Amino acid sequence: MLARVRDWLDERFGWDELIAPLRKKTVPVHRYSHWYFLGGITLFLFLIQVGTGILLLLYYRPSANEAFESVQYIMTRVEFGWLVRSIHSWAGNLMILTAFAHMFSVLFLRAYRKPRELTWVSGMLLLFLALGFGFSGYLLPWNTLAFFAIKVGTEVAGQVPLIGKWLVVFLRGGEEVTGATLTRFFGFHVALLPGITTLLIALHVALVQRFGISVPRSLEAQWKTLPSVKREMRFFPNFLLRELMAWYVALGVLGALAALAPWELGTKADVFAPAPAGIRPEWYFLFMFQTLKVLPAKVWFIDGEVLGVLAFGAGGLLWLLLPFFDRNGQGRARQWILGAGIFAVAYIIAMTVYGYAAK
Amino acid sequence: MCPKDSAAQVPREVAQSPVRRRFAEFLLGGGLLASAISFLYPILRYLVPPAQPDLGTDSVVAGRVGDLRRNSGKVFRFGNRPGILVLTENGDYKAMSGVCTHLNCTVQYRPDLRQVWCACHNGFYDLNGRNVAGPPPRPLELYEVHVRGEEIVVDRRRGA
Repeated sequence: MLARVRDWLDERFGWDELIAPLRKKTVPVHRYSHWYFLGGITLFLFLIQVGTGILLLLYYRPSANEAFESVQYIMTRVEFGWLVRSIHSWAGNLMILTAFAHMFSVLFLRAYRKPRELTWVSGMLLLFLALGFGFSGYLLPWNTLAFFAIKVGTEVAGQVPLIGKWLVVFLRGGEEVTGATLTRFFGFHVALLPGITTLLIALHVALVQRFGISVPRSLEAQWKTLPSVKREMRFFPNFLLRELMAWYVALGVLGALAALAPWELGTKADVFAPAPAGIRPEWYFLFMFQTLKVLPAKVWFIDGEVLGVLAFGAGGLLWLLLPFFDRNGQGRARQWILGAGIFAVAYIIAMTVYGYAAK
Repeated sequence: MCPKDSAAQVPREVAQSPVRRRFAEFLLGGGLLASAISFLYPILRYLVPPAQPDLGTDSVVAGRVGDLRRNSGKVFRFGNRPGILVLTENGDYKAMSGVCTHLNCTVQYRPDLRQVWCACHNGFYDLNGRNVAGPPPRPLELYEVHVRGEEIVVDRRRGA
């Protein structure tokens, strides 16, 4: 039966020809090979997000009057609704974690080198999009914590010179965070971002296909001089099966977290209530949030906030363009990038821990 | 990932033992199947919306005396569904289910024909709810009407 379907497809689309590159595709095997799984796991978590997101859309209502109640309804009345929402929240967080880990592994293995500059750029854009997903999705349950976090977060966007004010109004759908903001964020979260992300993922994966998987430079040189020590694994089925096992483990971790530590809902946002103590954004924004908190009100003649926002903006832009600073892959530039990478990891971890400890 | 080919380390006769192989396949396949079921089951249960409680009303105030002119009707809310109240030319109140028995459209009163009419597929009912023309297969459920002071109260006849 399966063979007949296959023949039918082959006759019309040249199936065998289409998947021939997949058969020939190989994955290098060396002691850093396990880092190759992170991108795939991130993709898998994205697929989980699409699936659970669609499920949540069956009951969620994007309006200030109904959003909180509809999520409450999902969590208390709909069967397994608590699980679906919990998985969506956890998978979102894990996806950002694996995306960061993937980015840093590519950075330290220097896999962004020529010809893979655009693979890096598309990946960085995907990381920014993931943060956008997190930011916009955080507001959707319309609870107190999210309401104030978004208020602060969009206010920070207002510090951007020249376009700040316009940006705030664009994000909030007005001067203040209101039901209009919720409607916008809902649109961003379920239509705009998924559309762009899907296209970029297609590009990102196509580029990985086109260039093959990067091998660390030292190994590359070694394999070139001594081809007999070169080790590879066929992508299909050897690597794919391993990747699927990694997905399976990720799913196990995700299910355990979602079931044992269900995501809380909190209390409904009240636009006129004072902000409760301990307002902080999701952990992946915490290092930026904490930085803005510790910056003095005025640094020389610039506002502390403005300086922080500019610094993070510039940092993000430099990070995006990182491969273009490592042109020849030797000496100074390489040292700088390595140093910047270590500094960034240390800074993010330290500021995040500080943010949690500071209360 | 293990760079060595682990299968190569297993003695040949063990690797090729059909019983062991089948057992391993059974474990793998069974595990995957069990996982798939444990993912699909919650999803299927999730897809079924929780039952909306029927408000369980058997009696409702459908309007006030003087709301309706003679030979006119209005749709009122009876629990989760619409009902229709008609004041006939003779001054009698009639009330019945407002949901057409054909395909669930909401009916309306036609003063020109003195009948209850469903606009969706041109179905007609008389003022006792009987399906008299068009596609409706069954009559509309008739309710009892009582006038209590200024209020027009509609009751569902239980067991009728």
